[in-house]
Amino acid sequence: MKKLVNIEPNRSLKVFLAIIPFVIMLLIYWSASNERLAANPYDKLLPSFSQISAAIDRLAFTEDKRSGEYLFWVDSAASLYRIGLGVAISATMGLILGVLSGLLPTFRAGFSPLITIISLIPPMAVLPILFITFGLGELAKVMLIIIGTAPVIIRDIQNQVRQLPTEIMVKAQTLGASTWLLATRVVLPQIMPRLITAVRLSLGTAWLFLIAAEAIAAQEGLGYRIFLVRRYMSMDVILPYVMWITALAFAMDFSLRKLSELCFPWYHQQEAAK
Amino acid sequence: MSLLSIENVWKSYGEVQILERLKLKVDEGEFVSMVGASGCGKTTLLKMILGSETPTRGQILLNNQPIAAEPDEQRGIVFQKYSVFPHLSVLQNVMIADEFSAARFLGRTFGKKKRAIKDKAMTFIQAVGLSHAVDKYPHQLSGGMQQRLAIAQALMKSPKILLLDEPFGALDPGIRKDMHQLIRKVWKENKLTIFMVTHDIQEGFELGSRLWVFDKVRQDLQAPHAYGACVTYDIQLQNQSTQQVSEIIAKKYTKEVINI
Repeated sequence: MKKLVNIEPNRSLKVFLAIIPFVIMLLIYWSASNERLAANPYDKLLPSFSQISAAIDRLAFTEDKRSGEYLFWVDSAASLYRIGLGVAISATMGLILGVLSGLLPTFRAGFSPLITIISLIPPMAVLPILFITFGLGELAKVMLIIIGTAPVIIRDIQNQVRQLPTEIMVKAQTLGASTWLLATRVVLPQIMPRLITAVRLSLGTAWLFLIAAEAIAAQEGLGYRIFLVRRYMSMDVILPYVMWITALAFAMDFSLRKLSELCFPWYHQQEAAK
Repeated sequence: MSLLSIENVWKSYGEVQILERLKLKVDEGEFVSMVGASGCGKTTLLKMILGSETPTRGQILLNNQPIAAEPDEQRGIVFQKYSVFPHLSVLQNVMIADEFSAARFLGRTFGKKKRAIKDKAMTFIQAVGLSHAVDKYPHQLSGGMQQRLAIAQALMKSPKILLLDEPFGALDPGIRKDMHQLIRKVWKENKLTIFMVTHDIQEGFELGSRLWVFDKVRQDLQAPHAYGACVTYDIQLQNQSTQQVSEIIAKKYTKEVINI
């Protein structure tokens, strides 16, 4: 018998072990829900699977009587637009400012202390300021996502640039690279896969701030809907929405990873070999 | 007139004196090997010639002009590792050297210009024996092949001076022998002036036409950092007999160096 630390499960066992916890969770939910509903058919806390699918059908595949819209898709589109825009702006800022301050000591001297302080401001604390300055529209919500994620990405990219070996920078200069070409031909392509990693790690934070902003002031959005139906204890709506948000978050993370592997195979092979 | 002259160069970091009283002249086409105990400042001198460090006192002249205080195209370098760009293939790694100067804004060339650069790059890739791996990325190459690539890159700019910072330190002994042959060939064919830092005193003797041994001549046991190292032996290695004689000196000397 091998030692436990040396036992590596094979592929099918790995898949099986991965699925098992989800199945167990579903079973526990199913039996608990059945039990509660048997005691009280009007119980709202643990809706049955048929109640949940009815709620999904009502929101996703039936026109809303008042607005004539399919609420589930309207919510999804609104939330994805906000988080997409917010994260895209954060990533762009992170790339430009992070590379500038990682590469140029003079820029770093003026910029680095500022961004360190800014990144320590709790974004939720400035939400009222955002609502006051930018109103209750889209801008305030996107701004909250940017404030929550950009400083982290900027600082991460700055560190990543500084961790590129000095040898590489010196070598490029001996081959005749100017500061501009050093940034565009040497640093930028090497930092892009690391930027994608930084963005992936900040997605959780971005969702957090998106839901928070939508909960406080919005007319549509996944977070808005959850907090709206909370008043009626509509667990049959909240549960599928939470699962949908999780699925969207997973899809974004997964596609970013695939994009990175597709565009920067040298980086992933190099990391895998480490 | 000598190509490079080191005029009374001193180097210290704060209280710590690294090098002192360096007065050396190097002619075009010399191959200088630098040996000495670790921490004796041979890499510091290399970095000062490279321009990434500046002397505390004195100056280094290249063709009677003070040497540029930042790395540039006049001096090529091969480090022990991280000398090549991980995001570029072998061919791109060599081509980029000329693309930097051919396209000041994009750093990329197209059409005829690109073909010309590619042809030039291919000759150097061939010279270092990497023609079978032009499309590979650095992480797919062995340590020796990466160093060959780094040499090909440096040759693209036909630098006046080629600096080698323990270039073969991380390689297997067998591959090291091949690399010695390569570097000797490159040195002769391109009429380079080479400075090489090495830990391996044997390597220092085998390669090169001149050997500098770094050591501290003044010691203060109460203040070990008060004095820096200087070049204690400056040996010409032109012919076989002097080489053998100096090898004997060196063997005796090696023990001393290592014991420090």
